[in-house]
Amino acid sequence: MTASEKARRFQAIVLPHIDSAFNLARWLARSEQDAEDIVQEAYLRAFKFFDGFHGDDGRPWLLTIVRNTFYTWYQQNRAQKEDTEFDEQVHSGETEVSGVTQRLDNDPEALLIQKDARRQLERGLKALSPEFREVLVMRELEELSYKEIAGIVGIPIGTVMSRLARGRKQLAESLVSTSRVHDGP
Amino acid sequence: MMDHKQLLPAYLDQELGIAAAIAIEHHLNGCSECQAEYAEQRAVSARLKKDATYFKAPASLARRLQRSLRRDRSPSVGFKALNFDWLRAGAGSKAWNVNWLGAGTVAAFALALVWGASLYLALPSAQERLTEELISSHVRSLQVEHLSDVASSDRHTVKPWFNGKLDFAPPVVDLASQDFPLEGGRLDYVNGRTVAVLIYRHRRHPINLYVWPTSDRDAAPQAQDRQGYHLVRWTLGGMKYWAVSDLATNELEVFAGALRSQM
Repeated sequence: MTASEKARRFQAIVLPHIDSAFNLARWLARSEQDAEDIVQEAYLRAFKFFDGFHGDDGRPWLLTIVRNTFYTWYQQNRAQKEDTEFDEQVHSGETEVSGVTQRLDNDPEALLIQKDARRQLERGLKALSPEFREVLVMRELEELSYKEIAGIVGIPIGTVMSRLARGRKQLAESLVSTSRVHDGP
Repeated sequence: MMDHKQLLPAYLDQELGIAAAIAIEHHLNGCSECQAEYAEQRAVSARLKKDATYFKAPASLARRLQRSLRRDRSPSVGFKALNFDWLRAGAGSKAWNVNWLGAGTVAAFALALVWGASLYLALPSAQERLTEELISSHVRSLQVEHLSDVASSDRHTVKPWFNGKLDFAPPVVDLASQDFPLEGGRLDYVNGRTVAVLIYRHRRHPINLYVWPTSDRDAAPQAQDRQGYHLVRWTLGGMKYWAVSDLATNELEVFAGALRSQM
């Protein structure tokens, strides 16, 4: 494969999945800027190893790389990662992009009136541990098959299923408890 | 052995085979515990689909990646330019990023190598997945008695039927004289796209011929057996063809040969 041929194929097979890559990175890293960095790094790797990719569907392949890139970054930042709130404040302080959700995290008044279903749901999803968050994002937002998810995460299909079940359950419980806190007697 | 409750997510996500799905359905009718569990799973799943933000990549990021790639097309500049562009783009943002791309390049490269290898091993090949997908599509078409959207042995009826339903025109050939009469056509969804399916029959055995456009080079027929089904695939004139049937492999190859001789 010549260099231009490689670039052309890469452009056709891998580049179109940038939204999927970003969405996964964004939900895993929970920060706009970090997600951009992760996606950039992942594309760099993807291009480097593109010669070894022989399939037609670049999306699961790219998402595998995005996920690995995220976990490397995550491990390097683990010390700071222990506290979710802290983590989000760190990042929202440095970026101007992330908008409503992160400002709300820092705004006690807004927290009190946080009834919006969407925000509740997203907070719940963000608070899940990454192993549950990633399968939920891949299934519900990316609509990947169990088999594709199993390939990306490197776990058996049965584990994909049980993680989806536990993730949904935890999320359901967090939604019930937040609505009790804010709406209940 | 998994119990019914454990299989509920797969039932919800339509990941079960027909037989297992029917078993779960029966069980659900009589088990209130599973009904509650199923309702909860389904509610959360629906809310996620409806309410969770799908974060699209910022246009600036897409542009940056595009630019790097375009630059990389000129062979004299090569991969370094791509690398450099990324390095510069990432330099202002985060300490970890600078580490990665600067001092940590060697380590990163070694790590990436390991990843590259493990990726390759962990992922079922696209070919593998496509084979599975086609077989289940074939099986489904037989189970739900939904072989044809347009039932006709006349290729002048079948071919125009696809007009306006697809962004390509599948070649339609009648092989009645070779004992593979055309029976009709339908649309199906395979490999992430809508494809044309032509249905042929040999004695009592239906053959699904899946057709979709490709940019791949022509490739000679290759046969493969899976789960008691036989597949023959080839690429010709910018189209990919997959024939799936329970016919014996050699008969399916005769079919492929007869078809190709008329294209």
